[in-house]
Amino acid sequence: MCDTCGCNVTPGNEHLVRADGKLSRTDDGKAAITVLQSLVSENDHQAAHNRDHFDRHGVLSVNLMSSPGSGKTALLEATIDALGHELKIGVVEGDLETENDAERIRARGVTAIQISTGSACHLDAHMVHSALHHMNLDELDLVFIENVGNLVCPASFDLGHHHNVTLLSVTEGDDKPAKYPVMFRAADLMLLSKADLLAVLDDFDTGKAERHLRELANNAPALELSAKTGAGMDAWFGWLRHQIGEQRERVARRETRVPAVQSEGKTLHTHDHGHIHSHAATEHAHAARARHRHTG
Amino acid sequence: MHELSICRGIINQAEALAVEHNARRVTGIKVLIGPLSGVEPALLAQAFPLASAASVADGAELQIEYSAVVVRCTACDTESEVAPNRLLCKKCGAWQTQVIRGDEMLLASLELEKNETEPDRLAV
Repeated sequence: MCDTCGCNVTPGNEHLVRADGKLSRTDDGKAAITVLQSLVSENDHQAAHNRDHFDRHGVLSVNLMSSPGSGKTALLEATIDALGHELKIGVVEGDLETENDAERIRARGVTAIQISTGSACHLDAHMVHSALHHMNLDELDLVFIENVGNLVCPASFDLGHHHNVTLLSVTEGDDKPAKYPVMFRAADLMLLSKADLLAVLDDFDTGKAERHLRELANNAPALELSAKTGAGMDAWFGWLRHQIGEQRERVARRETRVPAVQSEGKTLHTHDHGHIHSHAATEHAHAARARHRHTG
Repeated sequence: MHELSICRGIINQAEALAVEHNARRVTGIKVLIGPLSGVEPALLAQAFPLASAASVADGAELQIEYSAVVVRCTACDTESEVAPNRLLCKKCGAWQTQVIRGDEMLLASLELEKNETEPDRLAV
Protein backbone atom coordinates (compact mmCIF):
# COMPACT_ATOMS: atom_id res chain seq x y z
CA MET A 1 0.00 0.00 0.00
CA CYS A 2 1.00 3.59 -0.26
CA ASP A 3 3.22 4.34 2.72
CA THR A 4 3.15 8.06 2.10
CA CYS A 5 -0.50 8.85 2.47
CA GLY A 6 -2.38 5.56 2.84
CA CYS A 7 -4.44 6.68 -0.13
CA ASN A 8 -5.46 3.26 -1.37
CA VAL A 9 -6.84 2.07 1.92
CA THR A 10 -10.55 2.56 1.30
CA PRO A 11 -13.69 1.56 3.21
CA GLY A 12 -13.90 -1.40 0.78
CA ASN A 13 -10.51 -2.89 1.54
CA GLU A 14 -9.78 -1.49 4.97
CA HIS A 15 -10.84 -4.68 6.72
CA LEU A 16 -8.22 -6.58 4.77
CA VAL A 17 -5.29 -4.47 5.84
CA ARG A 18 -6.26 -3.86 9.46
CA ALA A 19 -4.53 -6.21 11.86
CA ASP A 20 -7.73 -7.58 13.31
CA GLY A 21 -9.37 -8.14 9.91
CA LYS A 22 -8.11 -10.93 7.72
CA LEU A 23 -4.94 -11.09 9.78
CA SER A 24 -5.21 -14.49 11.31
CA ARG A 25 -2.78 -16.42 13.41
CA THR A 26 -2.01 -20.01 12.46
CA ASP A 27 -1.32 -22.75 15.03
CA ASP A 28 2.46 -22.52 14.67
CA GLY A 29 2.49 -18.86 15.60
CA LYS A 30 2.65 -17.61 12.04
CA ALA A 31 0.31 -14.96 10.75
CA ALA A 32 -1.26 -14.77 7.31
CA ILE A 33 -2.13 -11.37 5.91
CA THR A 34 -4.06 -10.49 2.78
CA VAL A 35 -2.31 -7.75 0.86
CA LEU A 36 -3.81 -7.26 -2.63
CA GLN A 37 -1.43 -4.75 -4.06
CA SER A 38 0.17 -4.59 -7.46
CA LEU A 39 3.57 -6.24 -7.75
CA VAL A 40 4.76 -3.01 -9.30
CA SER A 41 3.06 -0.71 -6.78
CA GLU A 42 6.32 1.13 -6.06
CA ASN A 43 6.72 1.79 -9.75
CA ASP A 44 3.05 2.75 -10.10
CA HIS A 45 3.34 5.25 -7.28
CA GLN A 46 6.38 6.88 -8.85
CA ALA A 47 4.64 6.84 -12.24
CA ALA A 48 1.64 8.69 -10.82
CA HIS A 49 4.03 11.25 -9.38
CA ASN A 50 5.72 11.68 -12.79
CA ARG A 51 2.33 12.10 -14.47
CA ASP A 52 1.38 14.72 -11.91
CA HIS A 53 4.65 16.49 -12.70
CA PHE A 54 3.89 16.50 -16.46
CA ASP A 55 0.34 17.70 -15.84
CA ARG A 56 1.41 20.54 -13.56
CA HIS A 57 3.60 21.83 -16.37
CA GLY A 58 0.94 21.23 -19.04
CA VAL A 59 3.23 18.79 -20.86
CA LEU A 60 2.00 15.84 -22.95
CA SER A 61 4.12 12.72 -22.48
CA VAL A 62 4.27 9.92 -25.06
CA ASN A 63 5.97 6.56 -24.53
CA LEU A 64 7.39 5.07 -27.75
CA MET A 65 7.79 1.30 -27.71
CA SER A 66 8.86 -1.21 -30.37
CA SER A 67 11.43 -3.83 -31.30
CA PRO A 68 15.02 -2.58 -31.65
CA GLY A 69 15.55 -1.07 -35.09
CA SER A 70 11.95 -0.34 -36.03
CA GLY A 71 12.65 3.35 -36.46
CA LYS A 72 11.78 5.10 -33.19
CA THR A 73 14.70 7.52 -33.32
CA ALA A 74 14.22 8.21 -37.05
CA LEU A 75 10.54 8.94 -36.33
CA LEU A 76 11.57 11.40 -33.61
CA GLU A 77 14.12 13.11 -35.89
CA ALA A 78 11.51 13.64 -38.61
CA THR A 79 8.92 14.75 -36.05
CA ILE A 80 11.28 17.31 -34.52
CA ASP A 81 12.19 18.63 -37.99
CA ALA A 82 8.52 19.06 -38.89
CA LEU A 83 7.03 20.27 -35.61
CA GLY A 84 10.03 21.86 -33.87
CA HIS A 85 8.89 25.35 -34.87
CA GLU A 86 5.39 24.99 -33.41
CA LEU A 87 5.99 22.69 -30.40
CA LYS A 88 8.75 22.67 -27.80
CA ILE A 89 9.85 19.05 -27.65
CA GLY A 90 12.05 17.15 -25.18
CA VAL A 91 13.18 13.54 -25.41
CA VAL A 92 14.12 10.92 -22.83
CA GLU A 93 16.14 8.15 -24.49
CA GLY A 94 16.40 4.65 -23.05
CA ASP A 95 19.09 2.23 -24.23
CA LEU A 96 21.23 -0.41 -22.59
CA GLU A 97 24.41 1.42 -23.61
CA THR A 98 25.66 4.47 -25.56
CA GLU A 99 24.52 8.09 -25.95
CA ASN A 100 24.08 7.58 -29.71
CA ASP A 101 20.35 8.16 -29.87
CA ALA A 102 20.44 11.19 -27.57
CA GLU A 103 23.20 12.68 -29.73
CA ARG A 104 21.07 12.19 -32.86
CA ILE A 105 18.20 14.03 -31.15
CA ARG A 106 20.46 16.81 -29.78
CA ALA A 107 21.79 17.35 -33.32
CA ARG A 108 18.22 18.45 -34.15
CA GLY A 109 18.48 21.20 -31.51
CA VAL A 110 16.29 19.51 -28.90
CA THR A 111 17.02 18.59 -25.27
CA ALA A 112 17.62 14.85 -24.94
CA ILE A 113 18.42 12.99 -21.74
CA GLN A 114 19.95 9.57 -22.21
CA ILE A 115 19.17 6.85 -19.67
CA SER A 116 21.66 4.00 -19.97
CA THR A 117 19.92 1.07 -18.36
CA GLY A 118 22.97 -1.22 -18.28
CA SER A 119 21.44 -4.66 -18.52
CA ALA A 120 17.88 -3.62 -17.74
CA CYS A 121 15.50 -4.42 -20.58
CA HIS A 122 12.98 -1.63 -19.91
CA LEU A 123 12.62 1.85 -18.46
CA ASP A 124 10.83 2.23 -15.15
CA ALA A 125 9.18 5.21 -13.51
CA HIS A 126 12.15 5.86 -11.20
CA MET A 127 14.59 6.11 -14.11
CA VAL A 128 12.27 8.53 -15.90
CA HIS A 129 11.90 10.57 -12.74
CA SER A 130 15.68 10.98 -12.49
CA ALA A 131 15.82 12.06 -16.14
CA LEU A 132 13.07 14.64 -15.59
CA HIS A 133 15.27 16.36 -13.00
CA HIS A 134 17.54 17.32 -15.90
CA MET A 135 14.72 18.79 -17.96
CA ASN A 136 12.96 22.11 -17.60
CA LEU A 137 9.35 21.12 -18.22
CA ASP A 138 8.26 24.78 -18.09
CA GLU A 139 9.92 25.20 -21.47
CA LEU A 140 8.28 22.16 -23.09
CA ASP A 141 4.94 21.15 -24.65
CA LEU A 142 5.72 17.54 -25.47
CA VAL A 143 8.08 14.92 -24.00
CA PHE A 144 8.77 11.72 -25.89
CA ILE A 145 10.09 8.80 -23.87
CA GLU A 146 11.86 6.43 -26.27
CA ASN A 147 11.75 3.15 -24.40
CA VAL A 148 14.33 0.37 -24.69
CA GLY A 149 13.78 -1.54 -27.94
CA ASN A 150 11.92 -4.60 -26.66
CA LEU A 151 8.40 -5.88 -27.30
CA VAL A 152 8.08 -7.65 -23.94
CA CYS A 153 9.15 -5.94 -20.73
CA PRO A 154 8.42 -2.21 -21.31
CA ALA A 155 4.68 -2.96 -21.49
CA SER A 156 4.56 -3.91 -17.80
CA PHE A 157 5.89 -0.59 -16.46
CA ASP A 158 3.90 2.62 -16.26
CA LEU A 159 6.30 5.58 -16.62
CA GLY A 160 3.82 8.33 -15.86
CA HIS A 161 3.21 9.09 -19.53
CA HIS A 162 -0.18 9.76 -21.15
CA HIS A 163 -0.07 7.62 -24.30
CA ASN A 164 1.60 4.45 -25.51
CA VAL A 165 2.64 4.60 -29.15
CA THR A 166 3.84 1.24 -30.48
CA LEU A 167 5.80 0.98 -33.73
CA LEU A 168 5.69 -2.08 -35.94
CA SER A 169 8.03 -1.77 -38.91
CA VAL A 170 6.92 -3.51 -42.07
CA THR A 171 10.21 -5.42 -42.19
CA GLU A 172 8.90 -7.35 -39.18
CA GLY A 173 6.03 -9.83 -39.42
CA ASP A 174 2.44 -8.61 -39.67
CA ASP A 175 1.58 -11.10 -36.90
CA LYS A 176 3.67 -9.26 -34.25
CA PRO A 177 0.51 -8.12 -32.37
CA ALA A 178 -0.56 -11.79 -32.06
CA LYS A 179 2.93 -12.80 -30.91
CA TYR A 180 3.32 -9.98 -28.37
CA PRO A 181 -0.23 -9.39 -27.12
CA VAL A 182 0.75 -7.67 -23.86
CA MET A 183 2.66 -4.97 -25.74
CA PHE A 184 0.12 -4.36 -28.49
CA ARG A 185 -2.86 -4.46 -26.11
CA ALA A 186 -1.25 -1.48 -24.37
CA ALA A 187 -0.98 0.60 -27.57
CA ASP A 188 -3.01 3.81 -27.84
CA LEU A 189 -1.69 4.17 -31.39
CA MET A 190 0.06 1.65 -33.67
CA LEU A 191 2.44 3.06 -36.27
CA LEU A 192 3.37 0.81 -39.21
CA SER A 193 6.80 2.29 -39.85
CA LYS A 194 9.15 2.05 -42.87
CA ALA A 195 6.03 1.87 -45.06
CA ASP A 196 8.14 2.98 -48.05
CA LEU A 197 9.47 -0.59 -48.06
CA LEU A 198 5.99 -2.09 -48.59
CA ALA A 199 6.62 -1.72 -52.32
CA VAL A 200 9.37 -4.32 -52.18
CA LEU A 201 7.98 -6.53 -49.41
CA ASP A 202 5.20 -8.84 -50.55
CA ASP A 203 4.74 -10.62 -47.24
CA PHE A 204 3.58 -7.80 -44.95
CA ASP A 205 -0.18 -7.28 -45.02
CA THR A 206 -1.11 -4.04 -43.24
CA GLY A 207 -4.75 -5.15 -43.04
CA LYS A 208 -3.69 -8.33 -41.28
CA ALA A 209 -1.53 -6.39 -38.79
CA GLU A 210 -4.55 -4.24 -37.98
CA ARG A 211 -6.82 -7.30 -37.63
CA HIS A 212 -4.38 -8.84 -35.15
CA LEU A 213 -4.54 -5.58 -33.16
CA ARG A 214 -8.37 -5.71 -33.10
CA GLU A 215 -8.20 -9.32 -31.89
CA LEU A 216 -6.60 -7.90 -28.74
CA ALA A 217 -9.80 -5.90 -28.19
CA ASN A 218 -7.83 -2.76 -29.02
CA ASN A 219 -9.51 -0.01 -31.06
CA ALA A 220 -6.32 2.09 -31.33
CA PRO A 221 -5.80 3.71 -34.73
CA ALA A 222 -3.16 2.15 -37.01
CA LEU A 223 -1.22 4.52 -39.28
CA GLU A 224 1.18 3.63 -42.08
CA LEU A 225 4.09 6.02 -42.39
CA SER A 226 7.66 6.48 -43.51
CA ALA A 227 9.94 8.85 -41.63
CA LYS A 228 12.33 8.60 -44.56
CA THR A 229 10.02 9.72 -47.38
CA GLY A 230 7.54 11.62 -45.23
CA ALA A 231 4.61 9.55 -46.53
CA GLY A 232 1.84 9.26 -43.97
CA MET A 233 3.62 11.55 -41.51
CA ASP A 234 0.89 14.21 -41.64
CA ALA A 235 -1.60 11.83 -40.00
CA TRP A 236 0.91 11.22 -37.18
CA PHE A 237 1.48 14.96 -36.75
CA GLY A 238 -2.30 15.44 -36.73
CA TRP A 239 -2.65 12.82 -33.99
CA LEU A 240 0.05 14.57 -31.93
CA ARG A 241 -1.51 18.02 -32.37
CA HIS A 242 -4.90 16.60 -31.38
CA GLN A 243 -3.45 14.96 -28.25
CA ILE A 244 -1.64 18.19 -27.27
CA GLY A 245 -4.98 19.99 -27.52
CA GLU A 246 -6.68 17.28 -25.47
CA GLN A 247 -3.94 17.46 -22.84
CA ARG A 248 -4.32 21.25 -22.54
CA GLU A 249 -8.06 20.82 -22.04
CA ARG A 250 -7.53 18.08 -19.44
CA VAL A 251 -5.04 20.22 -17.55
CA ALA A 252 -7.53 23.13 -17.56
CA ARG A 253 -10.19 20.76 -16.15
CA ARG A 254 -7.65 19.37 -13.65
CA GLU A 255 -7.90 15.89 -15.12
CA THR A 256 -5.29 13.46 -16.31
CA ARG A 257 -5.07 10.46 -18.59
CA VAL A 258 -3.37 7.15 -17.94
CA PRO A 259 -2.60 4.80 -20.84
CA ALA A 260 -5.47 2.44 -21.58
CA VAL A 261 -4.31 -0.80 -20.03
CA GLN A 262 -3.04 0.54 -16.74
CA SER A 263 -6.35 2.23 -16.04
CA GLU A 264 -8.52 -0.87 -16.46
CA GLY A 265 -10.54 0.83 -19.16
CA LYS A 266 -11.26 3.98 -17.20
CA THR A 267 -8.92 6.43 -18.82
CA LEU A 268 -10.07 9.65 -17.24
CA HIS A 269 -10.49 10.61 -13.68
CA THR A 270 -11.00 14.00 -12.15
CA HIS A 271 -9.26 15.41 -9.18
CA ASP A 272 -10.46 18.42 -7.30
CA HIS A 273 -7.80 19.00 -4.70
CA GLY A 274 -4.62 19.05 -6.71
CA HIS A 275 -3.49 15.61 -5.63
CA ILE A 276 -3.54 13.58 -8.82
CA HIS A 277 -1.18 10.88 -7.73
CA SER A 278 -3.21 9.82 -4.74
CA HIS A 279 -6.25 9.37 -6.99
CA ALA A 280 -4.24 7.23 -9.33
CA ALA A 281 -3.11 5.10 -6.43
CA THR A 282 -6.70 4.76 -5.25
CA GLU A 283 -7.63 3.66 -8.74
CA HIS A 284 -5.05 0.91 -8.58
CA ALA A 285 -6.56 -0.25 -5.31
CA HIS A 286 -10.02 -0.33 -6.91
CA ALA A 287 -8.59 -2.33 -9.79
CA ALA A 288 -6.91 -4.69 -7.36
CA ARG A 289 -10.17 -5.28 -5.52
CA ALA A 290 -12.12 -5.78 -8.72
CA ARG A 291 -9.62 -8.34 -9.92
CA HIS A 292 -9.63 -10.11 -6.60
CA ARG A 293 -13.37 -10.57 -6.79
CA HIS A 294 -12.97 -12.33 -10.11
CA THR A 295 -10.11 -14.50 -9.04
CA GLY A 296 -11.28 -15.18 -5.52
CA MET B 1 14.04 -10.18 -18.27
CA HIS B 2 12.10 -7.92 -16.01
CA GLU B 3 11.02 -10.70 -13.62
CA LEU B 4 14.02 -9.83 -11.43
CA SER B 5 12.81 -6.23 -11.03
CA ILE B 6 9.31 -7.55 -10.31
CA CYS B 7 10.84 -9.81 -7.61
CA ARG B 8 12.71 -6.90 -6.09
CA GLY B 9 9.41 -5.04 -5.92
CA ILE B 10 7.81 -8.00 -4.13
CA ILE B 11 10.67 -8.16 -1.61
CA ASN B 12 10.52 -4.41 -0.92
CA GLN B 13 6.79 -4.65 -0.28
CA ALA B 14 7.24 -7.75 1.88
CA GLU B 15 9.91 -5.99 3.95
CA ALA B 16 7.67 -2.98 4.54
CA LEU B 17 4.73 -5.20 5.49
CA ALA B 18 6.89 -7.30 7.83
CA VAL B 19 7.91 -4.16 9.72
CA GLU B 20 4.33 -2.94 9.75
CA HIS B 21 3.08 -6.24 11.17
CA ASN B 22 5.92 -6.65 13.64
CA ALA B 23 7.18 -9.82 11.98
CA ARG B 24 10.74 -11.09 11.99
CA ARG B 25 10.43 -13.24 8.87
CA VAL B 26 8.27 -13.68 5.81
CA THR B 27 7.78 -17.42 5.30
CA GLY B 28 5.30 -17.45 2.45
CA ILE B 29 4.32 -15.14 -0.42
CA LYS B 30 1.32 -15.66 -2.67
CA VAL B 31 1.03 -13.78 -5.94
CA LEU B 32 -1.65 -13.75 -8.62
CA ILE B 33 -0.35 -13.56 -12.20
CA GLY B 34 -2.34 -13.38 -15.42
CA PRO B 35 -1.02 -14.16 -18.92
CA LEU B 36 -1.68 -10.55 -19.98
CA SER B 37 0.45 -9.08 -17.19
CA GLY B 38 3.64 -9.75 -19.14
CA VAL B 39 5.12 -11.67 -16.21
CA GLU B 40 6.27 -15.23 -16.82
CA PRO B 41 5.58 -17.43 -13.75
CA ALA B 42 8.52 -19.78 -14.39
CA LEU B 43 10.97 -16.88 -14.67
CA LEU B 44 9.50 -15.25 -11.59
CA ALA B 45 9.99 -18.49 -9.64
CA GLN B 46 13.58 -18.68 -10.89
CA ALA B 47 14.40 -15.09 -10.00
CA PHE B 48 12.83 -15.21 -6.55
CA PRO B 49 15.60 -17.06 -4.64
CA LEU B 50 18.16 -14.59 -6.02
CA ALA B 51 16.10 -11.52 -5.24
CA SER B 52 15.13 -12.70 -1.76
CA ALA B 53 18.59 -13.84 -0.59
CA ALA B 54 19.54 -12.20 2.73
CA SER B 55 16.21 -10.35 2.83
CA VAL B 56 13.40 -10.78 5.34
CA ALA B 57 11.88 -13.24 2.84
CA ASP B 58 14.99 -15.40 2.47
CA GLY B 59 13.77 -19.00 2.20
CA ALA B 60 10.13 -18.02 1.87
CA GLU B 61 7.87 -20.16 -0.28
CA LEU B 62 6.66 -18.30 -3.37
CA GLN B 63 3.23 -19.51 -4.43
CA ILE B 64 2.16 -18.36 -7.89
CA GLU B 65 -1.48 -18.55 -8.86
CA TYR B 66 -1.77 -18.29 -12.64
CA SER B 67 -5.17 -17.29 -13.95
CA ALA B 68 -6.86 -17.80 -17.30
CA VAL B 69 -7.85 -14.88 -19.53
CA VAL B 70 -11.57 -14.11 -19.39
CA VAL B 71 -13.23 -11.34 -21.40
CA ARG B 72 -16.73 -9.89 -21.23
CA CYS B 73 -18.32 -8.87 -24.51
CA THR B 74 -19.57 -5.28 -24.55
CA ALA B 75 -22.03 -6.21 -27.31
CA CYS B 76 -23.73 -9.35 -25.96
CA ASP B 77 -22.43 -9.44 -22.36
CA THR B 78 -21.14 -13.01 -22.69
CA GLU B 79 -18.07 -14.02 -20.70
CA SER B 80 -15.53 -16.17 -22.56
CA GLU B 81 -12.27 -17.82 -21.57
CA VAL B 82 -9.88 -16.94 -24.40
CA ALA B 83 -6.27 -17.13 -25.57
CA PRO B 84 -4.10 -14.13 -24.59
CA ASN B 85 -3.75 -13.05 -28.24
CA ARG B 86 -7.38 -13.55 -29.26
CA LEU B 87 -9.61 -11.53 -26.96
CA LEU B 88 -12.74 -12.10 -29.03
CA CYS B 89 -16.22 -12.94 -27.77
CA LYS B 90 -16.74 -16.65 -28.28
CA LYS B 91 -20.48 -16.19 -28.76
CA CYS B 92 -20.77 -13.33 -31.24
CA GLY B 93 -17.16 -12.93 -32.38
CA ALA B 94 -16.96 -9.23 -31.51
CA TRP B 95 -13.55 -7.77 -30.61
CA GLN B 96 -15.15 -5.10 -28.44
CA THR B 97 -14.51 -6.94 -25.19
CA GLN B 98 -13.16 -6.07 -21.76
CA VAL B 99 -10.61 -8.20 -19.99
CA ILE B 100 -12.11 -9.12 -16.62
CA ARG B 101 -9.47 -11.64 -15.61
CA GLY B 102 -5.99 -12.52 -16.80
CA ASP B 103 -4.03 -9.28 -16.53
CA GLU B 104 -3.38 -9.41 -12.80
CA MET B 105 0.03 -8.91 -11.27
CA LEU B 106 -0.88 -8.87 -7.59
CA LEU B 107 0.75 -9.56 -4.27
CA ALA B 108 -2.16 -11.49 -2.74
CA SER B 109 -0.99 -12.47 0.72
CA LEU B 110 1.96 -13.02 3.01
CA GLU B 111 2.67 -15.54 5.72
CA LEU B 112 4.63 -13.96 8.55
CA GLU B 113 6.56 -15.23 11.53
CA LYS B 114 5.77 -12.77 14.28
CA ASN B 115 8.14 -11.28 16.80
CA GLU B 116 6.95 -12.95 19.98
CA THR B 117 8.82 -10.60 22.28
CA GLU B 118 6.90 -7.49 21.35
CA PRO B 119 3.16 -6.91 21.49
CA ASP B 120 1.16 -6.72 18.26
CA ARG B 121 0.34 -3.35 16.90
CA LEU B 122 -2.23 -2.17 14.42
CA ALA B 123 -1.33 -2.73 10.78
CA VAL B 124 -2.14 0.72 9.51
